[in-house]
Amino acid sequence: MSAPVANCPNCGAPVAFRWSSAVQTTCEFCHSILVRTDVDLKKVGEVADLPQDASPIQIGTEGVYQNKAFVVIGRIIYEYEQGGWNEWHLVYNDSSNGWLSDAQLEYDLSWAAKPTEAMPPQQNIQRGNQFAWNNRTYTATSLTKAHYKGVQGELPFEYWDKADLLFADLRTPDGEFATIDYSEDPPLLFLGRAVEFDELHFKNLRLFEGWS
Amino acid sequence: MSSASVSPPIVKPRSLSCPNCGAPIELRGFAHTLNAVCPNCLSVLDATSPELQILQKYHSKHRANPAIPLGTKGTLAGVQYQVIGFQVREVHVDGDTFSWDEYLLFNPYKGFRYLSAYQGHWNFIKPLSALPIEVRSIGKPSVQMLGRNYVGFDTVTAKTSFVLGEFPWQVRVGDSALVQDYIAPPYMLSSESTNEEVTWSLGEYITGDQLWKAFQLSDKPPGAAGIFANQPSPVQGKAGSAWRTWLWLNVALATIAFVFSLFSANRNVFDNSYVFVPGTKAEASFVTPTIELTGRPSNVEVAVHTDLINNWAYFNFALINDETGQAFDFGREVSYYREDGETEGKQNDSVIIPRVPSGRYYLRVEPEMDTKPGTAIMRYDLSLRRDVPRYTFFWIAALLLLIPPIVTSIRSASFEAARWRESDYAPAGSSGGDD
Repeated sequence: MSAPVANCPNCGAPVAFRWSSAVQTTCEFCHSILVRTDVDLKKVGEVADLPQDASPIQIGTEGVYQNKAFVVIGRIIYEYEQGGWNEWHLVYNDSSNGWLSDAQLEYDLSWAAKPTEAMPPQQNIQRGNQFAWNNRTYTATSLTKAHYKGVQGELPFEYWDKADLLFADLRTPDGEFATIDYSEDPPLLFLGRAVEFDELHFKNLRLFEGWS
Repeated sequence: MSSASVSPPIVKPRSLSCPNCGAPIELRGFAHTLNAVCPNCLSVLDATSPELQILQKYHSKHRANPAIPLGTKGTLAGVQYQVIGFQVREVHVDGDTFSWDEYLLFNPYKGFRYLSAYQGHWNFIKPLSALPIEVRSIGKPSVQMLGRNYVGFDTVTAKTSFVLGEFPWQVRVGDSALVQDYIAPPYMLSSESTNEEVTWSLGEYITGDQLWKAFQLSDKPPGAAGIFANQPSPVQGKAGSAWRTWLWLNVALATIAFVFSLFSANRNVFDNSYVFVPGTKAEASFVTPTIELTGRPSNVEVAVHTDLINNWAYFNFALINDETGQAFDFGREVSYYREDGETEGKQNDSVIIPRVPSGRYYLRVEPEMDTKPGTAIMRYDLSLRRDVPRYTFFWIAALLLLIPPIVTSIRSASFEAARWRESDYAPAGSSGGDD
């Protein structure tokens, strides 16, 4: 499913896209951040060394969720004062995309959603606030100020800066999950659900010494 | 895919040297580990900084030893976990200190779990992604999650008094959190609140024996003392089913008694009326005409109905086989007194003679009464019934059947009483944490 579309403008290495809608990727060789234009790739920055990370997932990890196969094509690493988490960018076999967050090995799947009611402005949202989307009541359980620590692979948007952004996580009594991402105005809404590791039927995971 | 973006094929554990005392520290949680505790000097270190900044030094002489050593691997619920962290947490209640142990378990794919241990009682705990809902209720507070109701048990402020191993979060001796427990044995829902966040977890009661087997430990687990909050009752749900069984057995018993009564002939074989005049010189005894008793050897009921008022009579009876002369002798006293609306005794009486073989019989009757003058005459009826159904056995059986459900109910109630004595919501007269 990967076809080379261009060469890295920085080092000349071939750059392949797994997902036709990807806007940005990173050069696997020189770690340049490359943005797609109509004609070619433009270098917009360079990834600092990725932080040490122990997620079992990596670019190229495959999985199946509810009979829909996906492959991991990119990620954003977020960092906050208590640690960090990964947002893995997934492309499904119907070419739609979504996210798999891995926060200390607790996994949530989510998809960009269109809010059916106005999103709360970030200065107003508080833990315990409740919102109804898709006939479900979501309760805000944590507010996290975090920033991009690094990016890898294909993403559906261009690289952003490293300033702190606010993220509100919300949950429901039946394990549904939502994130309000205040990196844009109006804020972005992602809806999804908490998943058990075994529900995703992973392949091509990282290996850990002493563990099988 | 090409190789450059792939992380090293095998992630290796790290080892460090303590910047405080130089002791080697083995890290088992890979890059998840935020804080690590030096096993020698017990300093808390920032495992993410290259220079291993010392976050907290340990000053107390007290060392706690985990019953399950750090680094031990075991399989719980089909998943292998390694013990990588240990902390002792304590609460202060009315001047007393209670402490329990918490183990951090790690699997690089399935994530983190916990074990808690209090006086030999263990819980296997997982972090929750669903959000329990508070239920408005009278009495104990409760929460609901995925259709199950959990009843409030206690609320304590837990303070970390000792740490060992490594943690994927910031940990310090002296950390405190508000812990609220809700139970639905064998499950326990707990919330931990700090200023920053509220996290929920779900524990399931597990015995020390089960854990020692899971972790293949050669020694014996510490014995369990008392009854723990979410310890499953050995008779959980059994009182209800014992009563349901009791109900069904009674239905069966009543059915058998009914069928039994169908097979009883219960036939009237003799009926006659007599008058007795006390004080007559004449011989008082007489015999009835012969009575035909048929069928299998069975009982005969002899019933006397008198019109005695404030008087007594005594009857000597003999049921005599006309052919063999075999006699069943028995006597009955009948007395009935009535004064100022209060009564004593009965005007009637009956007696059952068991196992009377079939044949021709007659009854010899000899009434006696007070011989003093002026005593009223007595009118009375005699009747005999053959093969009367008897229910004594059934009543005894019904009483015996009551024993199991009553015993089970008492055991269940006393187990629950012991459980709730340790709760914040203990009934009046017993206070949680006193013993």
